[in-house]
Amino acid sequence: MATPVLDKVEAEAAASPYITVTFRVRRFNPEVSGEATWEDFQLEIDPKERVLDGLHKIKWDVDGTLTFRRSCAHGICGSDAMRINGKNRLACKTLIKDINPEKPITVEPIKGLTVLKDLVVDMEPFFQAYRDVMPFLITKETNEPTRERLQSAEDRERFDDTTKCILCAACTSSCPVFWNDGQYFGPAAIVNAHRFIFDSRDEAGEQRLEILNDRDGVWRCRTTFNCTDACPRGIEVTKAIQEVKRALITRRF
Amino acid sequence: MATTETTASGIGPVEGGSVYNVDNPAPLIEAPRKRTKKTPRTTRGNFEMAAWLFMRLSGVLLVVLVITHLLIQLVLDGGVSKIGFAFVAGRWASPFWQVWDLLMLWLAMLHGANGLRTVINDYAERANTRLWLKGLLYTATVFTILLGTLVIFTFDPNIR
Repeated sequence: MATPVLDKVEAEAAASPYITVTFRVRRFNPEVSGEATWEDFQLEIDPKERVLDGLHKIKWDVDGTLTFRRSCAHGICGSDAMRINGKNRLACKTLIKDINPEKPITVEPIKGLTVLKDLVVDMEPFFQAYRDVMPFLITKETNEPTRERLQSAEDRERFDDTTKCILCAACTSSCPVFWNDGQYFGPAAIVNAHRFIFDSRDEAGEQRLEILNDRDGVWRCRTTFNCTDACPRGIEVTKAIQEVKRALITRRF
Repeated sequence: MATTETTASGIGPVEGGSVYNVDNPAPLIEAPRKRTKKTPRTTRGNFEMAAWLFMRLSGVLLVVLVITHLLIQLVLDGGVSKIGFAFVAGRWASPFWQVWDLLMLWLAMLHGANGLRTVINDYAERANTRLWLKGLLYTATVFTILLGTLVIFTFDPNIR
């Protein structure tokens, strides 16, 4: 039993898990300056930690004024979508070792939405588009249901992919069409419309398709696949948008 | 000891009781942005869908039309050196080639104009810039289509 203990002591002496990482964070404080600036932070951190842990370290130990959103910190609440090394990701799902810690790690707010402070953006336009597609079950039967609305496994499978959305806005804020004037509904709203349009229990698919037939609806999609690449939940966003387009065309002709 | 009675499962009675009852119902939560008859209609219509479909269909047709056109004009039978007034006059003597060229002109111009329209929509940020760029685009498109059509239909091989 003596040997393993000795091994452990030796291993600990030989290699500390900590490395030095530079976090290059986009800082913005409207009460101080109208300009956003880059600020570098040097951290001693285990590369198996996440970017969010790095941000916590900065906020708790270095600079308490750093502002960012996070709630669950486990990739399900969708609060901490940010642009890390030029790509939209969830800070709580990105390991430092996976994004080349030798170079400075850039952390910016997501694009296309107004920055309020540091990494916090105004999500209202995003949620407005979400509300516009009526993301709730609508049935012609207005009486209160007396039993569960049943559905076959195949019918459930039809829209399974789009039920995974956590509304983090990583897709919408990676879309170049949304960046322009913010009038485009954006991938997230279309994904959530898709979730109900292809739900056999819902009866307002026609209405939702009509909403997405708008000038700023699905037809503004240029299939650049930025949204599919950005989605931290692995939803095939562009495919969902194309399915909505196809539904719009086939219902007419 | 304990001020509240405890049941066997360890759950105490509900404290306070509900503020709302049958006579004082809880406030109704309105559906977000309810769409009623009074809600102003947005720009919904089928124009964007038609434009999108047109791009796909005209694109497929243009591949055939343009590649054949280029083959005839530039590769087959002596290549580009054979093209002259006589060659064009000979081709436009046939209604088949007239229709071919007319179709190519209209499809290519509308395809290109619609493509540029979406580019302007995507890249021009100010409403005024959009208006002017699109005005210029539509003017140029209409001018080219009309002039081309006029020439195809009124072409006179005996012109001096």
